[in-house]
Amino acid sequence: MTRRARAISLGVAVLIVSVIAGLLVGPVHIAPGAALRWLVSLGHPPAGMSEQQAAILGNLRLPRVIVAALVGASLSASGAAYQAVFRNPLADPYLLGAAAGAGLGATIAVAFGPSDAFAVTVPVAAFIGAIAGVGLAYGLGRSSPGGRSATSLILGGIAVASFLTAVQTFVLQSRTEALQRVYSWILGQLGAASWSDLGLVLPYVLISTGTLLLHGRLLDVLAVGDDEAASLGIRAQRVRLTVLVAASLATASAVAVSGLIGFVGIVVPHIVRRLTAGSYRVVLPLSLLGGAAFLVLADVVARTAIAPAELPIGVVTAFVGAPFFAALLWISRRAIA
Amino acid sequence: MSRLILRALTVALDGREVVHGVSAEVSSGEWLAVIGPNGAGKSTMLRAAAGLLRHGGTVEIDGVPVSGLSPRARARRVAYAPQVPAMPPGMTVVDYVLLGRTPYLGYLAREGRRDREVAASVLDRLDLGAVTGRQLGALSGGEQQRVVLARALAQQADVLLLDEPTTALDIGHQQQVLELLDRLRLDDGLTVISSLHDLTVAGQYADALLLLVDGRAVATGRPTDVLTEATVSTHYGAAVQVSTGEDGRPLVHLVRRS
Repeated sequence: MTRRARAISLGVAVLIVSVIAGLLVGPVHIAPGAALRWLVSLGHPPAGMSEQQAAILGNLRLPRVIVAALVGASLSASGAAYQAVFRNPLADPYLLGAAAGAGLGATIAVAFGPSDAFAVTVPVAAFIGAIAGVGLAYGLGRSSPGGRSATSLILGGIAVASFLTAVQTFVLQSRTEALQRVYSWILGQLGAASWSDLGLVLPYVLISTGTLLLHGRLLDVLAVGDDEAASLGIRAQRVRLTVLVAASLATASAVAVSGLIGFVGIVVPHIVRRLTAGSYRVVLPLSLLGGAAFLVLADVVARTAIAPAELPIGVVTAFVGAPFFAALLWISRRAIA
Repeated sequence: MSRLILRALTVALDGREVVHGVSAEVSSGEWLAVIGPNGAGKSTMLRAAAGLLRHGGTVEIDGVPVSGLSPRARARRVAYAPQVPAMPPGMTVVDYVLLGRTPYLGYLAREGRRDREVAASVLDRLDLGAVTGRQLGALSGGEQQRVVLARALAQQADVLLLDEPTTALDIGHQQQVLELLDRLRLDDGLTVISSLHDLTVAGQYADALLLLVDGRAVATGRPTDVLTEATVSTHYGAAVQVSTGEDGRPLVHLVRRS
């Protein structure tokens, strides 16, 4: 087995273990053997499993675990892609105004939309907002005189983000009754994840992450510089645009069902890059698998730490992610010194 | 086997013309060294010749203007290595060399067996067989330079454009890389254009020199014709002595002024 294949099989194994943990851990105890038989029989409760247990597995835990995995995979893979495109390890999936756009979209849906349809309107509005935010940032970045450079894109993203956030604050100020709902959405939540959420984002997640994975080799070409990429017959701008669009689509899909979940898009690719060779053909798939596993586990913590209440998952990822990140920086500084 | 012709190559950067109508001809198996003071436009000229910059005039290979080729088709004819190549430290040597196969792959395709064979044979030829699995960051300067060369050779282009291929190397590694290039161009009939800042080195290895000053070719020809005390002192403002080596090639020595 090649090193690449070994690394990826390890990632798959870690993901499977976390998915099993995600299915088994919860306030209602379900025996591992019974849960496994339930999975194998495609949702028919085996002997000894009550209808209620089967319903918990099928309607609550399984969709929640799958949504967590998809969101984690999307955020982490798009984080790795943003970092490749901008050649900056601190670039994150929310860099180009996706978060601010999604926030504004969700706020508008909550403030002005019908209150009995939030489950549908909030994700859709967040998705549209995220795409619009990135589109604006990209348009602004490209139209600036310096044009097309990574810096002008990031500056465009910052300008768009502050503007959209200002609009969002304005809407919230005039509709204070929406404040709490929007706030809890911003903190990130998978508690309400359902099969319909899954159906909503699955196509976009598959298309976008699939596109990212296919671009691994081309991102390696970009990593040696634009001139050399051009001398190898690759149009760097075109590859960059394609990857940015795919990563933004992945981010928007994730944000739409989960709210804003920080740190996954930076921490997971960073760990992956530390553990494996620098080729994006390894970094991208491993970030995808690692991000999925990380978020499934973070969600397990979110729903058990202060049970029966739930922590917002964004709090858990930051709580785990920030110290971990700090430790990593500290260790690497010691290693260099 | 290819003949590269530059006709009145003109390049403007940010609206300012920095290379003015440079012409040159290099045949298969020949090595042209572009020399000149700092800021003369050597790198710009090479990048334009590689088709990486918008330029006036034409670059022709075997009579075909390069500007008419698609980027992929061009990359199969011309390989280019910049002065300071970016070498992602975590990438392995073999993955890096395989990037040279890009012009032969479809947009999202992966390398096939043939590509791996080409990479392996190039690595073997450049004596890098032992480090194929090593990460680029773990290589010495001399090895890195050879790996860059390996990537360019994996491209199987018949024209090599190399910007200062020996800058960061000590004299021993410089010689190693230059000898290697010399052997490769003779064995494979490669057409080589490189910028070289060391005049003696340029005089030793190149068949022809092109002295670029302020974007103009002020002297072209065999090393003995270009590297004269008068020319060097006029264009570099340097006091030098030029002697002739045993093989008849010029050796340029710096002379202390005070």
